[in-house]
Amino acid sequence: MDPKAEGAGSLACCKRASSLTRFSPTFSSQTRMPYIPNTPADQEAMLAAIGVTSIEELFASVPRELRLQGDLNLPPALSELELTAHVAELSGSNVSAAQSVCFLGGGAYDHFIPAVVDFVAARSEFYTAYTPYQPEASQGTLQAIFEYQTLIAQLTGMDVSNASLYDGGSATAEAVLMARSVTDRPGRVVVLQSLHPEYRQIIAAYLANLDAELAVVPTPDGTVQPEALAAAVDDRTACVVVQHPNFFGCLEDVRACARVAHEAGAMFIVVVDPISLGLLVRPADYGADIVVAEGQSLGNPMYFGGPYLGILACREQFVRRMPGRLVGQTVDRRGNRCWVLTFQTREQHIRREKATSNICTNQGLLALRAAVYLAAMGPQGMRSVAELCVQKANYAIQRLTASGVLRRGFDRPVFKEFVVRAVDGEVEKRLESALGAGFLAGVPLGRWYPELADCFLVAVTEKRTKQQIDRLAEVLTTA
Amino acid sequence: MRNQQATQLLFELSRPGRRAVQLPPCDVPTRPIEEWIPAEALAASPPPLPELTEPDIVRHFVNLSTLNMSVDTHFYPLGSCTMKYNPKRNERLASQSGFADVHPYQPETTLQGLLAILHSVQEMLAEIAGLEAVSLQPAAGAQGEMTALLVAAAYFRDRGEHRRTVLIPDAAHGTNPASAAMAGWSTIQVRSTAQGLVDLEDLSRKLSSETAVFMMTNPNTLGLFDGQIAEIARRVHAYGGLVYLDGANMNAILGIARPGDFGADMMHFNPHKTFSGPHGGGGPGAGPIAVTAALAPYLPVPIVVRTDRGGYRLDYDRPKSIGRVRSFFGNTGVLVRTYCYLRTLGPDGARRVAENAVLNANYLLSRLKTFLDIPHGDRCMHEFVASASALKASQGITAMDIAKRLLDFGFHAPTVYFPLIVKEALMIEPTETESKATLDAMAEALERICREPADLLHQAPHSTAISRPDEVRAARTPILKFS
Repeated sequence: MDPKAEGAGSLACCKRASSLTRFSPTFSSQTRMPYIPNTPADQEAMLAAIGVTSIEELFASVPRELRLQGDLNLPPALSELELTAHVAELSGSNVSAAQSVCFLGGGAYDHFIPAVVDFVAARSEFYTAYTPYQPEASQGTLQAIFEYQTLIAQLTGMDVSNASLYDGGSATAEAVLMARSVTDRPGRVVVLQSLHPEYRQIIAAYLANLDAELAVVPTPDGTVQPEALAAAVDDRTACVVVQHPNFFGCLEDVRACARVAHEAGAMFIVVVDPISLGLLVRPADYGADIVVAEGQSLGNPMYFGGPYLGILACREQFVRRMPGRLVGQTVDRRGNRCWVLTFQTREQHIRREKATSNICTNQGLLALRAAVYLAAMGPQGMRSVAELCVQKANYAIQRLTASGVLRRGFDRPVFKEFVVRAVDGEVEKRLESALGAGFLAGVPLGRWYPELADCFLVAVTEKRTKQQIDRLAEVLTTA
Repeated sequence: MRNQQATQLLFELSRPGRRAVQLPPCDVPTRPIEEWIPAEALAASPPPLPELTEPDIVRHFVNLSTLNMSVDTHFYPLGSCTMKYNPKRNERLASQSGFADVHPYQPETTLQGLLAILHSVQEMLAEIAGLEAVSLQPAAGAQGEMTALLVAAAYFRDRGEHRRTVLIPDAAHGTNPASAAMAGWSTIQVRSTAQGLVDLEDLSRKLSSETAVFMMTNPNTLGLFDGQIAEIARRVHAYGGLVYLDGANMNAILGIARPGDFGADMMHFNPHKTFSGPHGGGGPGAGPIAVTAALAPYLPVPIVVRTDRGGYRLDYDRPKSIGRVRSFFGNTGVLVRTYCYLRTLGPDGARRVAENAVLNANYLLSRLKTFLDIPHGDRCMHEFVASASALKASQGITAMDIAKRLLDFGFHAPTVYFPLIVKEALMIEPTETESKATLDAMAEALERICREPADLLHQAPHSTAISRPDEVRAARTPILKFS
């Protein structure tokens, strides 16, 4: 269907009405202004109190020749009823994971979100508040972030978590900038080819004007050989960035990678899937200096890529070089325990061009959602979701590769996703026919890895059932 | 009636054996985990998270929420933050499954409704900006700034020009110099005049063939529209430099003036300010940027474009692009709310937003100037900056004292101590969604506060759950997690 709905919902713009800047007649009745409480009588009284006779006079400082001639060329206003019908139609024309079966991954996943997460995040005292700059008016947000920081520290084993960054990709780039500063080795950054290709692209964009070299170590077998990594790391290297499980779903030899990084005096940055930490060794226990993660899986909807949640946690000695906000515990003048934003001298509003980062607005509401999710799951819930992912992913590997039409891309242990190779090279055709059967079956890899043009990535979360996996194997292999 | 028990930390409320989520049993044939995952990769025990039931969690967080002030509960005149009302229709529409349950790597054929919305947002923002091309990718205003400055770097590199510096007024938001530094530029500060506008002479002294970008907030952080903007742009352009507009204050000029028409080459929007997105206690926001045609080839990928057949697709084939600054498309959820908001306003409504934001600010200013100094005159755009300098000199009452005391009267505090060029600054932005009655009540509260004894104010607030936390202690003996 053509999503450009006709009639009231048309996206077509209206023409500019006149050649003069239009200001509203001051005392006209206002239609379609559901969010502006001033009545014509209020406006009249306010203008009189100010000492002017028209709204236009208030804009006297905007030179006439710089003002917009006529109205903005925007589509006409819609009532709530019209808007609801129009947007519902547009929403309905997408295929969502609720109407299909989603096996897509690559950094965003269809995990289950308990209702309690949506309920808490819908409290308007949380979602309509600003950054908690006035602690007396923001203890709810501040305590929730302090709890988030603690939960992330528990999950990763690291000493300190910040209050969130934008997403996993930009958090990885921030970690790289942090490592350049901590090590005082601005010139070289080493990443693996098995790091999410978009994350590598982000790091490259962040480093483009910073006189730094970005080395990418090949991972031809799906994971890195420690010797190949060692050859790329030298005494100018600020950090080694390893994703575990990596973009292909495979587990890297993180202990060996940590050793290589540390022997060269470089920092070891690990990008993790937070769900995997229900089962896998915590990053602090294998030598991570900075842990970053995409926090979407922790109770946040997939929402076509955002808003998501950048997790960043590190060892205590690096805390003053961390980007982003931090909440700390203290006492008030009456001796009550309370929470405040702290170490603000790292931040842009104090330190300006010398700040550790430019970040101001972060992803507070998504951090709250992650905190509620982790509290609801608890240790046993996190272990079960991780175990379900491993069992179901490995079952899916067996089913998908049973007929020989599809093969595993890499023969390595995986957590919840894996690379599938179409023996006949027909990736697009197979995925399309699966879509026809109601399956979002996989992410083709050729866009990022030309050598894997015959491969796609399949993710299996706890939401996928045996029946769905069996049927996926059928539709992918009989195409 | 504060529930002190429920607002203990989650970790204090935890009891072994409690859980809120029970997942179904595994329905596929299983094997011991060690057969799938090498033993050395497995943790000896699950992460030491708290153990709670659903009612524990609900009572805890609902009680915590009541310790916040928010737009839905209080007037929140936080300058520079545009704390306007967050329409409920936007929340309902944006949370539909057809948007929320869409994976970023789905085929474009399954995304046509969403891409139609995002394409329309690109076009509407380009029109509001008066600029050619838009990227919706940046996740927040500060990331938008940095993205645009990376775009500028790619543009100059492509032209073989070696420029090094970004010029920034002393009244600018702290994100401006921080973003410039992250993008690899040296920063030079430009002075403001006593009237609070850009000092043209200082600007001219500092402009050179090394100047890449002049970053400007207009209306500026004093709430003043700098009418010299066309001349500023002329001078920057004469050196081959670019003008960046920090769009944090777009609420003042929506539908009245367009940055592209007054000389800006690039800008960012803050949809969580201007376009009514909820602030979420610190985010999510979004930071879409708009640029001239000359800069468009360098924007991040992807951009939403129309297909020949009337549909939409994501264009990744942009060889001069800077790449990307975050994963996936962008903060789509925020952008869908932007769409709902702009479609509710229409062209007439957009202009009325600015008119009433400016009317409310000028009205509040007219009430406050009878008892507080307003150093930069008695007219403003969407916000203004008052100063408590006189009260500090006479009675030792600071801007912070006044801000804290306002909480007792049921008003959120204004922004304090910003911009840096005003002493004891109280930066007040009422927005268009507040009524005259609310502004009157706030003005009366402030007037009363200014007559209250200093000792009472130094101890304020008196009615909140906590008062005057020891921030020095928080920094000196950091406790950044429960243990």
